[in-house]
Amino acid sequence: MERHLPPDLHDLRPRGRRPGRAAAPYALLAPGGLWLILLFIVPMVAMASLALQEGSALEGYHLTWRFANFADVTSKNWEFLLRSLRNGAIVTVVALVLAYPIAYWIAFYGGRFKSVFLFALLLPFFVSFVIRTVSWSFILSDDGIVFGTLKSIGLLPEDYRVLGTTFAVLAGITYNLLPFTILPLYVSLERIDRSLVEAAKDLYASRAAAFRKIVIPLSLPGVFAAILLTSIPATGDYINASVLGGPGTAMIGNIINVEFLRARDYPEAAALAFILMAVMLIGAIVYARVLGTEEITT
Amino acid sequence: MTERDQRRIDPAWLRGMTSKRMSRRQLFRYAGVGAGAYSLSAILAACGTEPERQPEQPEPGGVGSPEWWADQEAGDLVNFTNWPAYIDLAGKDEQGNRIRPSLQAFMDETGIEVVYRANINSNEEFYASIRDALEAEQYTGHDIIVITNGQELTEMMALGYLIPLDHSLTPNFNENVGTAFMNPAFDPDNRYTMAWQSGMTGYAWNTKFIDGPITGMQDLMNDEWAGHVSLFGNNADAPNMAMIELGLDPQTSGPEQWQQAADFLSSFNEWGGLRKWDDQAYLTAIENEDIWATMAWSGDIINDKLYYPEFKTFEFATAEAGGVVWVDNMMIPAGAENPLGAIQVMDHYYKPEMAALLTEWNAYVSPVPAAGEIVQADADDASGGDKAVLETIATSPYVFPTPEIESKLHTYRVLEGEEIEQWNDIFLPIFTT
Amino acid sequence: MNAVATETGVTAARAPARGPRRRWTRFLLPAYTFAFILYLSFPIFVIILFSFNDTDTGFGTAPRVKTTWSGFTTIWYQRLFDIPDLTTALEHSLLIAFASSLVAAALGALIGLALARYRYRGKGATNLVIFLGISSPEIVLGAALASFFVSLGLPRGLGTLFVSHVMFSIPFAAVVVRARAAGLDRSLEDAAMDLGAGPIVTFLKVTLPLIFPGILAAWLLAFALSMDDFVISQFVQGPSTMFPTWVFGATKVGIPPHVFVFATLIFLGGLVLAVVQILVSRRRPT
Repeated sequence: MERHLPPDLHDLRPRGRRPGRAAAPYALLAPGGLWLILLFIVPMVAMASLALQEGSALEGYHLTWRFANFADVTSKNWEFLLRSLRNGAIVTVVALVLAYPIAYWIAFYGGRFKSVFLFALLLPFFVSFVIRTVSWSFILSDDGIVFGTLKSIGLLPEDYRVLGTTFAVLAGITYNLLPFTILPLYVSLERIDRSLVEAAKDLYASRAAAFRKIVIPLSLPGVFAAILLTSIPATGDYINASVLGGPGTAMIGNIINVEFLRARDYPEAAALAFILMAVMLIGAIVYARVLGTEEITT
Repeated sequence: MTERDQRRIDPAWLRGMTSKRMSRRQLFRYAGVGAGAYSLSAILAACGTEPERQPEQPEPGGVGSPEWWADQEAGDLVNFTNWPAYIDLAGKDEQGNRIRPSLQAFMDETGIEVVYRANINSNEEFYASIRDALEAEQYTGHDIIVITNGQELTEMMALGYLIPLDHSLTPNFNENVGTAFMNPAFDPDNRYTMAWQSGMTGYAWNTKFIDGPITGMQDLMNDEWAGHVSLFGNNADAPNMAMIELGLDPQTSGPEQWQQAADFLSSFNEWGGLRKWDDQAYLTAIENEDIWATMAWSGDIINDKLYYPEFKTFEFATAEAGGVVWVDNMMIPAGAENPLGAIQVMDHYYKPEMAALLTEWNAYVSPVPAAGEIVQADADDASGGDKAVLETIATSPYVFPTPEIESKLHTYRVLEGEEIEQWNDIFLPIFTT
Repeated sequence: MNAVATETGVTAARAPARGPRRRWTRFLLPAYTFAFILYLSFPIFVIILFSFNDTDTGFGTAPRVKTTWSGFTTIWYQRLFDIPDLTTALEHSLLIAFASSLVAAALGALIGLALARYRYRGKGATNLVIFLGISSPEIVLGAALASFFVSLGLPRGLGTLFVSHVMFSIPFAAVVVRARAAGLDRSLEDAAMDLGAGPIVTFLKVTLPLIFPGILAAWLLAFALSMDDFVISQFVQGPSTMFPTWVFGATKVGIPPHVFVFATLIFLGGLVLAVVQILVSRRRPT
């Protein structure tokens, strides 16, 4: 029989036994925490403030508390916002469907070679993702190694192309984010107690039913994490649209990028980024509430 | 791999090229001196309204003043950053690096090393990449940069991001510059810039896939070529070309006309067959045969066609409604580490022999009229393949513009103050779609 | 169980029908997994393969990768540093990755330890900040950092790159170390304290070695994140181009083969590092 001790033994100690202890966590948190406050929280505030400003590069920017900036920016760019949300959703669903069987098989049937398989899966992602995306634009080029060969055989019409289409962009984003989908799924699937599945089978459940009623519900925290870690980067991505896409595929990230770095309309860019962040946060919180998980962070 | 130096010439093409039109010496003088109402000089000198902001004299002793220049010492290294395919090339040295004769001549003469980079692919992007350093008054990494006349140049001059030139240090420029490029409206008295080359925006197509000439933007919207057509996505070429094609005069246009042009350009987005809103990278795309027809810059296509046999199916023409002429200018960004070396390099290219070397390679319009005579003399002296190439350049209406072409050339709409933001608000969304 | 089954006779009746079907479906998932691994690795094979492609397409600037194969050559490996801007960009990336990953691993490890070990006021807030740091879209982080630097008038360059890279790596480092620290047995530290060691000595001699594999993993993760970072770097780099941003810029005109060579080398380097890390964590007592 196991004795179940509270995880934090220090609660059992009489207070004051080691006086410095209470300050210990704060001492540990201080350096990193300070860095994060200074370079994460404060910039977020700076961005929010910039979103309320007006001006131009030649004249300078002034804080005028122009809340209308948010409305303006949304009405101007709602098409890109919607497109990004749609792309994010598609990518997430496809990635989940692709990743779940793999995570399941490795977790349940990988045996001694689990880490080897995981390693092999993640190895390609050692290469910088810009280069991976460029490699895809290379592979998918009209007369490259894939389509060039297919066209010369005659399997594809001469003017078939993939680059520059929404399909290419979605395929690129999915590819790049697959590790973020596979890993959380694997971690939570791996934790599932095998004996529960055995018990289900003992009770005459078919393999499919056992899967449906035991494995899937128990893996939901992993699914949740996977959805979060995939949909958020997918919605904000703009590299794939830039390298693999063409007219008609730009996402909200492209707009923010252009506004910030090219047009230098800082207030507009900051407002847009703020709205993107808000949409993601609200989405995550709503989703968490719906799922009933009490802590978003495990 | 075909050797770069082999140039196969089509006899029929050669026949067409050798028929006489106008005396070539007449052409060169014409282009340079600018007699006549429609000459290049008249176009360039009279483009747009006078800039409101008169160029200021640098403060006595301030950066760019004669005293400041007198204090400068030429260092050992000049970082020269330019657009691709813009400088003459000839063979390779032992390490396999390409030799640029004109630059080599400068390095041999002065002992100053010039590190040449052809990194500029778009005025907007390049300006964006150096803007932070300029704002912070730091060295951008470049001593000479080449920017087209337009928004970015206007802004750089207004914000003090360029070092004023001291023309007592540019004897070759003073002596040899053509009137069209002296004291241009976008930079009175050549305070900050000296022209590198000038060129025209028109259309290029690959006769391997497309027969007829492209006469305008509308021609590109052909369903048979869907997915193989591109247009320039910078904030200058497409908007101005669209206005010209609609019969509007860019110089007198206002927001209403801009909106008309924008609607025309948007129709390409709706059509769905446009592959990309591109910039300098269009050259790679057309060379890869991803693109069959595109908006193009004159010299790029002529250079490809003449010097790279695999691209002899390329053709270039300005639109029937008219083309756009622009000037790429050399300038010294603020914070440059070797301004004296830089200005010496810039002046070096105003020697007629050097200017001729440039035009003979890149097939753009030279700011040095005397270069034209040298090009013709070289063409007369050459033989075989070389002769045909040089003859083509010497007689090309896009390198030495004929009155007919010149009469239909426009310059970019000069934008000031609020107009810049209005223009960008109307056009930029079309390119980021 | 079998006894029950044969009594009902159901299993016996089903067995023959299930046999061939079970054999077929059994191979479905593994085949899928292997095919998937191949699909994921395909671009890498292409990169490695085409780093050996003989393309002398000069066009006046740097050579560019061609989409068709035209002969094997190792020349690009020999002329690796031909493009000075690319080499400088790579140097910037390595420098920032190295420096920022060390700092981020250290600071993140402390935070991770605090999160795993203690209950304190503000733990929820810390968790929230860590969560936000990991899940914020990079473009939002980049825009925020750039806004910050613009508002302060700070010139963007290596300095801003360094602080930004540390910032986005800290949450990841914290999570990794927290996972490691949470699984440790606290009694070892208590034993040390009982034997008279002060808190700092305990930390250095007991805690630190125990969580070391976690810190190592956090450091590697931070290094990889920094080397790979594009979006945030693009916003805060100013004139100091980093490797991924250089490659992105070069895609407009065509990337030189040297990029593929560097990618191959980095990939092999990462492979070696990962193997070393696995071996190290296997040897240490958990």
